[in-house]
Amino acid sequence: MKVEDLVAALGLRVLAGQPSLQREVSGGYAADLLSCAMARARAGNVWVTLQAHANVVAVASLLDLAAVIITEGTEPDAATREKAEEEGVVLLSTPQTTYAVVAEMARLGIPAGS
Amino acid sequence: MADSAKEEQAVSAGRPPVTKSQELVYELKIGEIMTRDPVVVGPECLMSELKEILRIRRISGVPVLDKGALVGIISIEDLIVALAQGDTSARVGEKMTRQVQTVFADESVIQAVTKFARYGYGRLPVVDRSGRLVGIVTQGDIVRGLLRQLDVQWQEEEIHRYRASHIFEDIESDQTGLVLRYKVAARDFVRGGEASSKLKKALERLGGEPQLVRRVAVAAYEAETNLIIHTDAGGDLIAEVQPDRIRVVALDTGPGIPDVEMALRPGFSTAPDWIRELGFGAGMGLNNIKTCADEMRLESRVGVGTRLEAVFYLPGKREGKKEAV
Repeated sequence: MKVEDLVAALGLRVLAGQPSLQREVSGGYAADLLSCAMARARAGNVWVTLQAHANVVAVASLLDLAAVIITEGTEPDAATREKAEEEGVVLLSTPQTTYAVVAEMARLGIPAGS
Repeated sequence: MADSAKEEQAVSAGRPPVTKSQELVYELKIGEIMTRDPVVVGPECLMSELKEILRIRRISGVPVLDKGALVGIISIEDLIVALAQGDTSARVGEKMTRQVQTVFADESVIQAVTKFARYGYGRLPVVDRSGRLVGIVTQGDIVRGLLRQLDVQWQEEEIHRYRASHIFEDIESDQTGLVLRYKVAARDFVRGGEASSKLKKALERLGGEPQLVRRVAVAAYEAETNLIIHTDAGGDLIAEVQPDRIRVVALDTGPGIPDVEMALRPGFSTAPDWIRELGFGAGMGLNNIKTCADEMRLESRVGVGTRLEAVFYLPGKREGKKEAV
């Protein structure tokens, strides 16, 4: 499954990283602590989190994640979105809860990432 | 204003960025991509002979030369018309196009592209500045020329990459090392991860094995984050790249860790609530570094500072090296 399929299936808003939506999703990971994501998320994973600040982009870029889904409508600021564009990180947004997003991803057959 | 800033401005003003092939169309000269020594015929050539020339040489048109001077061009379209009229015994000189559009060998390829678009011809004779025929150019020549040039530039880039990744083989000394030093400011969360991102890119540039680069990047990020969250005045993130190992050192001048053993326990954190709300302070940072590195040392004195060192051995440079994380 590609990131763009996930965007369509979950009705996600693309905040940054439009050119990278063709990327294949290798799995999913959910947590709000950056160090946990650092330790457990894998390259190509989609990371589901409440966090919306610039360090999310840094983590996603360092881990080479396929996308970050920011839940509960949290809005990253303009600088964060700019940084994401610069680093080629896909930032997606949804008003749904992390639980709802993860449940939907599981239903679509996306495996646990770590 | 710097060129790059100008470019950015142009892009943000809605002007699409210039692609590499567009750039090449201006850079390359027609003489570099044309077919040299093209097949030519004289005006006395019979249309039936022309038919054989086109068929055998598998071409669709030829310039017509009379005593060395370009006097016309004749194409397969002209031949088809002559065949339809049963006029195969006519001379090329009677059927050729006399108003020949030409291009100069020292002009940019863009001139040929423009003429192809304007006149719809399949080929253009190429002349030098004295009017002498030196070649012929088709749209196929342009495509092949651009591809060849892209290939050349790609190979140059590959060589460049190769040189960067073989730095340790090419430079001889008793101990070669490359030191990368990054300054990390305290509480600067917005720039958090910048130093480790730069380090990661540098290691990729040096040809580091992806799994190793990933481990170093994760450890460097955690060390950088610790400098941002916990230090009084920031610190230095230093990576020393050696032929057999990468050593990452995070240095600061305080406040220092009162209980190093406690700090190393998974989940132990001294981060205040506001930092935890940003997603930091999981108490897993040092643990992550330990997991990623082959060796880790942490020394600290309250009021003096902390020195964290993580060592990563290059694949095959050490027995029992860690598997990828």
